[in-house]
Amino acid sequence: MVSEIGIVIIEYLKWFKGVIFLFIDIFYWIVFGPFKGKFSRRQSIFQQMVFVGLRSIIIVVFVDIFTGIVLAMQTAYQLQKMGAVLYVASLVAISLCRELSPVLTALVVAGRAGSAISAELGTMKVTEQIEALETMAINPTRFLVVPRFLALLLMLPALTILGNLAGILGGYLVGTGSLHINPDLYMQTTFKYLELKDIYTGLIKSFAFGMIIALIGCYEGLNTRGGAEGVGKATTRSVVISFILIILVDCIITAIFYFSKI
Amino acid sequence: MSVKECKAESIISLRNVSKFFQGKTVIDDVNLDIYCGETFVIMGCSGSGKSTLLRLMTGAIRPDKGSVALKGRDIAKISSEELDEVRKTFGMTFQYSALLDSLNVEENIALPLREHTQLAEEIIKIIIKMKLSLVGLRGYEEYYPSQISGGMRKRVGLARAIALDPEIVFYDEPTSGLDPVVGGVIDKLIKDLSVKLMITSVVVTHDMHSVFEIADRISMIHKGKVVEVGTPEDIRNSKNEYIRQFINGSPSGPIDFFREDIGMEDVLDL
Ligand SMILES: Nc1ncnc2c1ncn2[C@@H]1O[C@H](COP(=O)(O)OP(=O)(O)OP(=O)(O)O)[C@@H](O)[C@H]1O
Ligand SMILES: [Mg+2]
Repeated sequence: MVSEIGIVIIEYLKWFKGVIFLFIDIFYWIVFGPFKGKFSRRQSIFQQMVFVGLRSIIIVVFVDIFTGIVLAMQTAYQLQKMGAVLYVASLVAISLCRELSPVLTALVVAGRAGSAISAELGTMKVTEQIEALETMAINPTRFLVVPRFLALLLMLPALTILGNLAGILGGYLVGTGSLHINPDLYMQTTFKYLELKDIYTGLIKSFAFGMIIALIGCYEGLNTRGGAEGVGKATTRSVVISFILIILVDCIITAIFYFSKI
Repeated sequence: MSVKECKAESIISLRNVSKFFQGKTVIDDVNLDIYCGETFVIMGCSGSGKSTLLRLMTGAIRPDKGSVALKGRDIAKISSEELDEVRKTFGMTFQYSALLDSLNVEENIALPLREHTQLAEEIIKIIIKMKLSLVGLRGYEEYYPSQISGGMRKRVGLARAIALDPEIVFYDEPTSGLDPVVGGVIDKLIKDLSVKLMITSVVVTHDMHSVFEIADRISMIHKGKVVEVGTPEDIRNSKNEYIRQFINGSPSGPIDFFREDIGMEDVLDL
């Protein structure tokens, strides 16, 4: 029993070590790669940005509009009792920008792009394509991981901003349509209480989430074992682990902001 | 480099190399020397460890015991940058081609050229055309690996392997799955490359026809051990029971197809 727990712990530590090493390796190639004349090709970063970014727009907008709508209705239910329905506008905007939009966007992208990354890299691993790259003296981290990492790092905050806007639009629909708040007043109230720091704390979170999704997706993909079944397992693992880490890191970052009064 | 000068040095040498996978001995105390400019054939049954031996030679995996030296340098002792420098002088074809799915034929062959040279795009295009015509696939530049047959993929893999005009080419079953005519063309190509360009070739195959066609020296491995190394003449006249059985392809002999622990009788009993 004790030895079994020991084995599990060792497995976790090994996994953690592997992820950290990949993280260091990515930074090595981003920072020092250009000095060696070894850029990750701009074209492949662009391709990945299109893949993780553009193709996720619709689903992100969809999720955040409806979240905005639900949030507006739920807060209206509370605020009506106090006769403060107008504040729906600022409540929706602040909770979206600080919390819901970064997290929900990250979860959507983890489910969509993170899983696709680990499926693709996993397939490349089990069909010896990764080994072929290494044999050709092409470093897989530089060639495959860095473009995906940079693409997610840039696109997730962009998608989050889009999600903020979509969520505010959702709240606006409820506020003006069903609560009969004057449209101009709604927008004024939204921006009166929404501060710049509410937006950038959300964006800081989404940078962190972007790194998590890329790192876990790539790590699980590159460490896939055993054929098509292994690819399936790696994909599932990458989504589950990304979800857990996103929630965990969200909690940690929120706590840091809370206690440092940002 | 003249032929004689070249032959004297061992370009790849394996000393007491063993490799274990999950406690199973896959390569068992192998000693081999491959000399510059020769075509060295490794033959053996399915699962005998041929691909693993190639992967040890290219540094894709490290030996658990013993040492592998490429051009006189132990791969366990050199840095990954130095290993990459050595690898740029290699070409390798894989048993299942291992082309990048996301790139088309042209981009696959261009990959080592774009990564490791500063050649202009027009020159790269010309090189691709040359290499593709060597393997008889001109006109397939725009196809993706999923759109061409397994044999064609294999030939694209070969074109990719020789894109950088390597000094050593490793071939993992280059003719298996090809029709006899194309197989013959590939055999001739391997031979031409080694004779005309002095490329050292290491070929894994169990195609007996091509073995005697291309080999300067042949080694037979069985269950991770080297059974014998010799010239095609030596092998043809060998008294070794394993080699006799392998060459003749007879089902009975020292190479037991059925696992010892599960006798044929047990299977039939069910
Ligand atoms: N990564 C690995 N993990 C576990 N076992 C492995 C691994 N690679 C190879 N083996 C085992 O090593 C043995 C030799 O494999 P190898 O691929 O070298 O055979 P081979 O001689 O190339 O066979 P074939 O002619 O069918 O390609 C097999 O029994 C295989 O199960
Ligand atoms: Mg093999």
